[in-house]
Amino acid sequence: MDTDRPLDRRTAVPALVGDPSDLLVVCGLAGAAKDMAHLTGDGDNVYALAGAMGGATAMGLGLALSRPDRQVLVVTGDGELLMNVGTLATVGVMQPPNLSILCVDNGHYGETGYQPTHTQRGVDLEAIARGSAIPVTRSVSSPDEIEPAARLLREGNGPRFILLRVGIEPPPVVRRSLDAAERKTAFRAALRASRPADQASE
Amino acid sequence: MAEGYGAPTQWQDDLYTLLRSNGVTLFCYVPDGGHRTLIDRSMADPEVISVPLTTEEEGVAMCAGCHLADARGVLLMQSSGVGNCVNMFGLIQGGRFPFVTLVTMRGEFGEMNPWQIPMGRGVQPVVEAMGLHCLRAESPEEVVPTAQAALDMAYRSDQGVAVLLTQKLIGAKPF
Repeated sequence: MDTDRPLDRRTAVPALVGDPSDLLVVCGLAGAAKDMAHLTGDGDNVYALAGAMGGATAMGLGLALSRPDRQVLVVTGDGELLMNVGTLATVGVMQPPNLSILCVDNGHYGETGYQPTHTQRGVDLEAIARGSAIPVTRSVSSPDEIEPAARLLREGNGPRFILLRVGIEPPPVVRRSLDAAERKTAFRAALRASRPADQASE
Repeated sequence: MAEGYGAPTQWQDDLYTLLRSNGVTLFCYVPDGGHRTLIDRSMADPEVISVPLTTEEEGVAMCAGCHLADARGVLLMQSSGVGNCVNMFGLIQGGRFPFVTLVTMRGEFGEMNPWQIPMGRGVQPVVEAMGLHCLRAESPEEVVPTAQAALDMAYRSDQGVAVLLTQKLIGAKPF
């Protein structure tokens, strides 16, 4: 176990996200997609990329801006986010009140053989998020930091960014559909069928 | 043409009206003189979300996310931006997302900056190689029908379409 990164993504991600059934979720490719597909049983409220690297945060932003009545969660990895880290600045400009970003930072490109990413070499994605005008940011590296961060993920009236620093344990093994069109159709149908948040709370 | 470069024209206003009447509510852009009217009007329109991007490929993914929410977006960019979108276009093709981008062209008719030539030449082959359609508007009267055709192909047939607002239409930028 990496003493600097004691958290295992297989327990830390479910603990942080909690029950995801009320969220609309967009996942970056590879580990983050597997984390969330495993947690939701490849649920229809999750659109998980298996390519289009660097697109997850922007896709979540487009969804959040178009459905301000719903909470949107982007779950992505450090490598995926680094590929288009400027999107954090676009989030900072738009200030969507209903968007949370969870970056599962294992410091490695897990899918391609665990080569180190920039976050292993001094780059701090939380600092970049803060510098991108995202008003609420938090780094989570130990078990006692999970619960307060889990609350942040669902609260607040502005975009939130949580950097979850984990070890290099692999993501869960999961079978999920890689048909981008089929997942799109399922996501849209599920969203159409669900009641708007203001009616659901009555 | 040179003294009028970038000046507002009627077709730009007509194009904005057309996009709005087709239900477009998300305007993603990297600034460009040829898109000035669309960008300014989208920023002034309380019914519309106007998003400045750091790179054009963000707009491709944002428009896809917008479609997940059953809303309509458009990406406004210059020809050089098309090169920044290539891999993200794979999301449009693979997911059969309806997608419309309006591309103001540089590097073609009368271009005076040689740096614009390579990507200007590359736009159509790159867009088509990634499975999107390419429709060209060469004159003011072609703009609205071409954009309407693109919107119909996108939202009736789940296609990705790039509308090229050509340099013959816009004029070459004077230096």
